[in-house]
Amino acid sequence: MFTEPLLSGITLGGIYALIAMGLTLQYGVARIMNLSYGESLVAACFAALWLFTAVSVNPLIGLLVIVPLAALINWLVYQVLLMPLVKRAPSRDALEVDSILATFGLLFVAQGVMLAIFGGNYFSYSFLAIPVKIFGATVSASRLLALGFAVVIGLALYLGLTRTRAGTAIRAVAVDPVSALLVAIDVRATAAFAYALGGALVAAGGVLVSMFLTFNASLGVVFTMKALIVVIMGGVGNLLGCLIAGMILGLTETFVATYVDPGLTLAATYIIFILVLLLRPQGLFGARRS
Amino acid sequence: MSARNLAISAALVVAVALLALVPSVTNGYQLSLAINIVSYTVLATAWTLFSGPTRYVSLATVAFFGIGAYTVAVLGEELAWPLVLLIAFVIGFVLSLLVGLSTLRLSGVYFVIFTFGLAELVRQLVTWYEVNITRTLGRYVFVDITTSQIYWQLLALAVIVFISGWLIQRSKLGLALRVIGDDEAVARHVGINTTLAKVVLFAFSASFMTLAGAIMAPRWTYIDPAIAFNPVVSFQVLIMALLGGVHRLYGPIFGVIPLVMLFEILLAKFPNHFSIMVGIAFLLIVYAIPRGIVGLIEGAQLSLNRMKGAKA
Repeated sequence: MFTEPLLSGITLGGIYALIAMGLTLQYGVARIMNLSYGESLVAACFAALWLFTAVSVNPLIGLLVIVPLAALINWLVYQVLLMPLVKRAPSRDALEVDSILATFGLLFVAQGVMLAIFGGNYFSYSFLAIPVKIFGATVSASRLLALGFAVVIGLALYLGLTRTRAGTAIRAVAVDPVSALLVAIDVRATAAFAYALGGALVAAGGVLVSMFLTFNASLGVVFTMKALIVVIMGGVGNLLGCLIAGMILGLTETFVATYVDPGLTLAATYIIFILVLLLRPQGLFGARRS
Repeated sequence: MSARNLAISAALVVAVALLALVPSVTNGYQLSLAINIVSYTVLATAWTLFSGPTRYVSLATVAFFGIGAYTVAVLGEELAWPLVLLIAFVIGFVLSLLVGLSTLRLSGVYFVIFTFGLAELVRQLVTWYEVNITRTLGRYVFVDITTSQIYWQLLALAVIVFISGWLIQRSKLGLALRVIGDDEAVARHVGINTTLAKVVLFAFSASFMTLAGAIMAPRWTYIDPAIAFNPVVSFQVLIMALLGGVHRLYGPIFGVIPLVMLFEILLAKFPNHFSIMVGIAFLLIVYAIPRGIVGLIEGAQLSLNRMKGAKA
């Protein structure tokens, strides 16, 4: 009985970690506090659903279409909508406030579009819903597959950021955009790239989530909230922190849903959030900000 | 008090007295429009009271508004009306103190994130409580209060909000908040207890929102968590305040009046695309008029004065 929630908690935690990695790129590197982040995830869910039911394309192949498309859309959003704010902002803090407002507007536009197309109903589709037995617990194959993909994508991102030239440039901008300019890094292009990459990650997360979760058009806010909490708990810009914080959140939610009440998962999330704010506001692995 | 201030005060008293006569000269539809305008004026001004000087964007307006409405739905039939309002005020005050104390010690972004999810959290908790404990979802609001009375109460609340805002601006707290808004590090260095100042102001702002929700509750005969905690309300309040201008207490009024009208039209003509339209309107405001209508007027006045100065 115990291994079942443990396994689904780890799956959920892995997905949360993946989603939060995208947000930490957008916020840590591009300095955009993106409140419409969850809308990208829900849009990817609907795209996967449409591909699967209308064109009968398997969601794993769907990833190959949806992820690059999401990267492109996010890049365009950054260039067209957010660049004017970046240009006019006198400081990073001012950009943060402006980006909060702009993406808050974007949230309602994106949510409105999805509500207009799909309505407020819950959706799900059945893909690889085959029971698999591991350690005496029964788990759906799609969940395990989602976890596997999340691990692979997360690992690829980690290696990309730490082992490649472009990844090093991204990390340099995250640490100090002014000094990054001095060593000939194009900060704006890097920020746009990081923003697009973040959008690609959350879309991947959305496709994976859609394989085993029911979703509706107004679910985005909850995912944004969870991603934000994971990012803060892990420490902004810290990928390993995202992983551990994501796991903590996923496991807490699953255990609360199993042993306490499914209606109280968001409350549990909030309790964790408050504890982090009270005890370690810089995050589990973050450096203290001056 | 100078002669100019005396004249302004007298004009304001006359204006409020005239506004109080609105229910006797309007029909039902016009009165409900007037109620919307006054209620959004209260919410947007209460929002500006805190978020204007501190520049901390609060996205939790509807959390407090909804709590006020729910207080009435639960207690409205059992207690006397003034007592219900008092309880709503106290609940709003205590909750906002808790939110403020846990987030406002830190940088602004934590506060924004916390308030971003607060309405959803409260909505889910209320839903959970209603489903599991009281076994109902949705309540009927049977309170013996007429539409005109709602209007008068809101008008009185608006006056209270403006007077409190005006008093706060003139007080040490107001000065402290302006310093915090300009530069929080400087504020701490000159010995301002920044956390205390922010928390106190946030609590007042949120309690006014709770009261507005309580007063508005009898407008609905039936409420459930999805109606009471509709996130679009937070969004609309934010847009109205930004359109009007948040660096002046009276700024939001300039946003409330045109936008209540606009939303009324949009809701009638495009009920299914309402939130898209509102989102686009909001983006236009953020990009085109970041300092609001009041900012535009003041900017125009400034350049006019400069032109006069150049000629002289």
